[in-house]
Amino acid sequence: MSVSPFLFETKGLTKAFGGLIAVNSVSIGFREREAHAIIGPNGAGKSTFVNLLTGHLPASGGHVMFRGADITRQPAHKVARLGIGRSYQKTNVFPSFTCFENCRLAAQSLLSTSMRFLRPAASYREVSARASEALERAGLAARAGRIAGSMSYGEQRQLEIAMVLATAPQVLVLDEPLAGMGKEESEGMVGLLRDLADTYTLILIEHDMDAVFAIAKVLSVMVNGTLLESGPLEQIRASKAVQDAYLGDGAEAY
Amino acid sequence: MNTVLPRRLTIALLLLLAGLALFPAWGPLAFAAKYTFLLQKLTGIMILAILALSLDLLVGVAGLVSLGHAAFFGLGGYMLALLSPQYEAASLWVALPATMGAVALAALVVGFLAIRTAGIYFIMVTLAFGQMGYYFFNDSKLAGGSDGAYIYVKPTVEAFGTTLVNLESKQAFFFVVLGCLVAVYLLLRVVLASPFGRVLAAIGVNEGRVRGLGFDPAVYKLVAFALAGALAGLAGFLAATQYGFVSPAMLGWHQSGHVLVMVILGGMGTLFGPILGAFILELAHFGLEAVTEHWLLPMGMLVIAIVLALPKGVAGLLLQWCGKKGDGE
Repeated sequence: MSVSPFLFETKGLTKAFGGLIAVNSVSIGFREREAHAIIGPNGAGKSTFVNLLTGHLPASGGHVMFRGADITRQPAHKVARLGIGRSYQKTNVFPSFTCFENCRLAAQSLLSTSMRFLRPAASYREVSARASEALERAGLAARAGRIAGSMSYGEQRQLEIAMVLATAPQVLVLDEPLAGMGKEESEGMVGLLRDLADTYTLILIEHDMDAVFAIAKVLSVMVNGTLLESGPLEQIRASKAVQDAYLGDGAEAY
Repeated sequence: MNTVLPRRLTIALLLLLAGLALFPAWGPLAFAAKYTFLLQKLTGIMILAILALSLDLLVGVAGLVSLGHAAFFGLGGYMLALLSPQYEAASLWVALPATMGAVALAALVVGFLAIRTAGIYFIMVTLAFGQMGYYFFNDSKLAGGSDGAYIYVKPTVEAFGTTLVNLESKQAFFFVVLGCLVAVYLLLRVVLASPFGRVLAAIGVNEGRVRGLGFDPAVYKLVAFALAGALAGLAGFLAATQYGFVSPAMLGWHQSGHVLVMVILGGMGTLFGPILGAFILELAHFGLEAVTEHWLLPMGMLVIAIVLALPKGVAGLLLQWCGKKGDGE
């Protein structure tokens, strides 16, 4: 078997909901430490693709490969344990926990198991250290003691990223991290994502094209559940097919 | 979700506990002839409080609303009845671990099937299993059928031939149950603060995200279900010891619902709340019953009033009073 140049890849990945084929035989390869954005109009199947990639939905066909192993049938929690961390399009934190507790829970993945019943979670120093580190990196160190639900929307989006970082992933799959953010908040987030792109293999689903061009090195374009084209930024920008199907349409495409 | 209580609340709860623990000292002075009856009443309430505590782990913490929790309470009682030789005493050292082990095992089996469902379906499945338990003991000849079974001699607590505690003494038994209540409360506090407890509490808030972070919620819920079952079994064991009698009603949905009301009334997920809920509900029952034979009507109104006025239960009100703010760790 030849060695794949990709850290993470899909081969003919397909998902059908009844008669609707949301993701149709999509094959994309993600190289290590390469920021890869997946773009496409609403309903292109991007979120479904992410859910397939991270085990949140079972695939109808095709394969997901990670480090040469087939992980297509792995449930979401096992995929996460392999080092594929994801954030969600809709803010998805534990609102009644403090900001720090949210990250500490995520950092508990450092323990071989959380089936530990007697020692307080707060006393695991390495876990707390990693949680603090993740908060710091996401720019939330000053917010550690705040109840997550009482933080601003933008901060909750940052927390979302911090939680993923606290699981110490190798791959970050970020589903519209800028969704619903104001201009200023967006700029901060883009800065954070650019920074993360240096350390992690980044897979980014995003509508904001300015952000995509600022962060990603490689683009894949999905339309109607199929992969239209995949390649370096410049190639996609110059592609006639992509322009026709998506970029060229301007505001309408959204 | 903080695991540390505000200091003023801790002090207030400790004072209540002290008042309860000293009841054998002040009770006879305050209630004279009714003292022994009240001592037994309080013992019974504390047993129900243990049951409510165990249910809170499921309902309040993990978000698993079980309507069949009494099945494990009843099973605990029946285990003692089955393990006790007819006219002799069982040894507590054998009977209690055997009871809790057997109930935990039963909870593991029921939980394995039930936690595949969620929400209303989980309620229905636990209700169904609870009723299966009820009819099993009601219709089988195993332990007296619908007539129930008697435990003629209470279990002995001996070490090297000497009796450590004589459970026939109502006062000694009161302290044993009080000790169990405190121990179960402290155990659950410790468990809630542990990595396991944090994951479980997170499941109660947002199960999908817990899965996304790399934890399998099903496993954590199952372990919690077995733990809660074992503790309900302990409560059932104590109840059977106190009354010397078990009947199928112990397992029925009536009992499950009763305990659920204690948990909701007291304040879900707070642990101390359900204990208060047990005392409030049982003492209100006791007080109203003394005034009118139609006590169920004012009782129902009381429950509705508390639920409407205090959506987070009595514990929620106390936490608010004691100045527990939303933030700060």
